[in-house]
Parts: sequence; structure tokens; C-alpha cells
Amino acid sequence: MPLSLDDVQRIAHLARIEITPAEAEDIRNKLDDIFSLIGRMREVDTSGIAPMSHALDAVLPVRDDRVSEGDHREEFLRIAPAAAEGLYLVPKVIE
Amino acid sequence: MHTAPIAELAAALAARSVSSVELTISALERIGAANHRLNAFITVDQDGAMTRARAADAARASGKAGTLTGIPVAHKDVLMTAGLRTTCGSRMLENFVAPYDAFVVQKLSDAGMVSVGKTNMDEFAMGSSNENSFFGAVRNPWSVDCVPGGSSGGSAAAVSARLVPAATGTDTGGSIRQPAALSGICGLKPTYGLCSRYGLIAFASSLDTPGVLAQTALDCALLLNAMAGHDARDSTSLERPTEDYTRQLERSLEGVRIGLPKEYFSDGTDAAVVKAIDAALKELCKLDATTVEVSLPSVDLSVPVYYVIAPAEASSNLSRFDGVRYGHRATRYANLDDMYRRTRAEGFGAEVKRRILVGTYVLSHGYYDAYYLKAQQVRRLIAEDFRRAYDRCDVIIGPTSPTTAFKLGDKVDDPVKMYLNDIFTVAGNLTGAPGISIPCGFDARGLPVGMLIQGRHFGEASILNVAHQYQRVTDWHRRVPPLAP
Repeated sequence: MPLSLDDVQRIAHLARIEITPAEAEDIRNKLDDIFSLIGRMREVDTSGIAPMSHALDAVLPVRDDRVSEGDHREEFLRIAPAAAEGLYLVPKVIE
Repeated sequence: MHTAPIAELAAALAARSVSSVELTISALERIGAANHRLNAFITVDQDGAMTRARAADAARASGKAGTLTGIPVAHKDVLMTAGLRTTCGSRMLENFVAPYDAFVVQKLSDAGMVSVGKTNMDEFAMGSSNENSFFGAVRNPWSVDCVPGGSSGGSAAAVSARLVPAATGTDTGGSIRQPAALSGICGLKPTYGLCSRYGLIAFASSLDTPGVLAQTALDCALLLNAMAGHDARDSTSLERPTEDYTRQLERSLEGVRIGLPKEYFSDGTDAAVVKAIDAALKELCKLDATTVEVSLPSVDLSVPVYYVIAPAEASSNLSRFDGVRYGHRATRYANLDDMYRRTRAEGFGAEVKRRILVGTYVLSHGYYDAYYLKAQQVRRLIAEDFRRAYDRCDVIIGPTSPTTAFKLGDKVDDPVKMYLNDIFTVAGNLTGAPGISIPCGFDARGLPVGMLIQGRHFGEASILNVAHQYQRVTDWHRRVPPLAP
């Protein structure tokens, strides 16, 4: 089923990516092409097949809960777009 | 001599007939001479490289040198390099200076290799032509009008043009093997989990695999020896006994069974590619290998499955780029939500946005079972196909890519056409098994053809054996492209 322009804007909202009305048409056409490629997979009968989420079906390891890293606060704040007094700065959230 | 494969450079360094400083200066000069045409490098670290080269020579003088000590290398710009700009080919990270080294960068540095800079790539490793880079397209050293393949296109062009003897790459759907094929060099994607993903800026975590691009199979083996190893900081990194990946290189191919999937030799592959692969198979049979037809009935679903799983994981991984902790932030915005939306609209290019949108859709409420779960089920069917095929053969051989290098601009406006470049490589990422692409001929326009040798999980030594034996009796890997300086 082809996507509507509203679908495109709804997905873009979920992904937090601004899409202008001028871009939306081209994006919709390309997404439709991609979903028709993907559609070939949906016709396969997979009843009883266990999903494969890891290439080697390995079990994730567990480790001891202990501190392994030192304090990197300064290094990490230095690469932030806006920071002050040891904190990340963002626009006002609570009025 | 400065443009020789690693094994020869290592011998010259050990014999003291050349120094690391000389090799490094010569690499930097070649980069300086060629980069304006090829655009293979995003960042050249001249001062850092010279410091490392002097340290390598000092280590050698005090008897502490290993095989790779003093050999220049370049890193794909998706791998973090402490104190050096790491852009991922994106405006989002245009000015991002990495706070630490990726595991594989650290391992090659520990082995004494001299990093000279960061190579160009498709933005966030999403692409098969290197045209999706914020820093501009990379040119193929065999033809300036053609793409080098992607997403490790800068690494492929740099090694192909003999700017550096080796470069790292990452392979999520073919991003090492396909550019290696289109650029006429060797590209090795190891088994998933063999090389840690720590410090690799994540695209699709269940598929992303660090690996190498070099001139020969022997060089790939030497590099993998230095790069593999367990790392507790990547939860998917495997704990395994240390292997010497060169140990089987000299073994005869007598008794080696080559599986030829009939699905790989159907319509849709260029006649020149098929012809070169057929000729290569005849060479391998002369070396006493045998061939057997195998079948991978679900393999044609690899691309559709990949374009669910990879975008789904990407949409999740790339949510971290929100303009708060690092990277680009929009200059004008009304509120926090608007800041996210504008930051991501400005910071990401068209292909990255498309994949985030596809991934967001397939993971959104009500669609998970129909897409993501379904894709994981079909992924298992594909893995089962390979498992059954390996009951009858030791390696699987076919073309790496259905065509040779295509012209810049040819596929940029048709994502699906671009995605189908990876038709032979994506299955290796879905199953996690290793593969190496090696050059095996040219088409009528003089563009290289790549042969893909795939193996069982942890079968690196076997595929390297086949590749090395082939390279002992052929010289395609020694051909130097016209745009090499």
C-alpha cells in the first residue's frame, strides 16, 4: 500500500526529522520504491521459524558490576554544542 | 618500492633498507599529489603521522619492532581516533573530535602502524558508491568518471592508488568487499564478533563489522592478526583462542571444494564479470581445487531483509544525534522538539534520512511483527541455506558485485538500484560469516572485477588460503591504476 504524504510526515515526526512540504513528495516516492523491494520478503512463509537476532546466536555475556572508567566529564562536555557549569544546555523545557 | 605490499615493506624495514619516516613521508607526498583528484581523504594527520613514524623507527632501533611496525595505514572516518576529527562523512559530525580510539585503531597502533589520516566514506556508512559523503564523492583510481564503490570508498581508492599500503574499513552490507572489488584491491570482512566494534560509530549493530583493505591476501592476514581479539567493551566481541591467520596460506588447494551457488550465476550480472569469474575458477581448478554446484534458495531475499534490519537498527542508533551531547546543533529553533527536528534535518543527508524513516516505520506501533520480526525469521532461512551448502563445500565463490564500477551520478536518484549493488555481499552480514573480495580481471573498459570468496564462521584461514594461492599464480593484484601518483 503506497504511503500518503501524511504517513511521511507522521514517520518524520516519530524520527524527529523536519521535512518540508517541498521535500515530502520525493521522499514518499523513494520510500514507496524501498517498501516494494522489502515487500518481497513479506510473502515468505515463516511459520515456526525462530527469529535470528544475532549472527552467531550467541548469548550476551554478563560482567561484574564495578566501575571501570574514570571521570571523563570535562572531555565529554568539551565536545557538546552548549554546556555550562558541568551541565548540557538545552532550550527551556518547563515553563 | 614505497608502494609495495605490506609484506615487502615489512621485510625492507626489518633489513633497515628503508625507515618508517621515509615510508611515511612518501605516503604523505602521494596523498598530497592525488587527493585533489580522488578525494580519498577527509583528514590528513601529517604531524601525528611523523611523530608515530619516528616512534616506530625508535622502537625498531631498540629491538622492539613487530611485523607491522612502521607501516603507514589510513582509517575509515567511521572509526574514532582520539584527538583527531572523526566525521563519519556527515555534516552532523563535521567538527567532532573523538575523545578515544576505536578498538581496532588502538590495536593497529599497538602493533606500531603509522596512521596517516582518515578516509572518505558514505555518510554513516550508508551507501555503495561513496557519493553520499558530506565531503564530496570519491573518484575511482581506474577511471575518474567512475565511483570507487562504498561505503569504504575512500579507503578503497587510497589503497588502489597506492597512497597507503592498507586501510581499515567497516562492512555492514558489503562496504569493504564491494569497494575493494570496484577499485581492484583486496577487502576482508571477518566473522562478526572477531574484531571489536568499540569506537566504531554504530550504523546497524548486529551487522557492523570492522575489517581491512589491502593489496594482497597475505597483507589482509597480517592485518587481521593484529586487529582480532576479545574486548569486554563490545558485548558482541567473542572470546576465542588467538589464531595466526597466515598459517594456512601456503597450503595446497588439493581437496578444497568450491561451492558455486547457481543463484549467483543467473541473469543480471554483467557478462564481463561472469567471464572473469569463470576464468578465475579455471585457475583454481588447475591448482587442484574442485567445484560443486550448491543452492541458496532464499539468498535473493537478502537485500529485502537487509533493508528492514539495517534501517531499523540505524533509526535506533542514530537517535543519539540530537544536538545535545555532541555534533551539529541547529542555530535557530523554537523549543526543544524543534531543535531536535531542525538539527537532524540539517545534520543528516538524504540517504541517511531515508533509512532512518524506513527504520522508524518498520519499528513503529503495529508494524513490528510484519517487518522486523519477519526479517529476522527470513534471516534465519538464509543462514540455514548457507549451513546446508557448507555440508558439500569448503568455500563459496561468486562475483562480489554484479557490475564493475559505474559512472558517478548513474544511480544516485534511484535508491533501490543502488541497493542491488550489494546483492552478493549482504548475506555475509546477515549470517555473520567471513568473506574476501580479490581482483580477478578487467572488463573491456579496463575496470577491475572482484571475486568474492566466502567461508564458514571463523573460516578466515580457509578463504585467505584460496585467495593467496590464486594470487601466487596471477598478477591482477599487482596492476596499478592510471590515476595512481
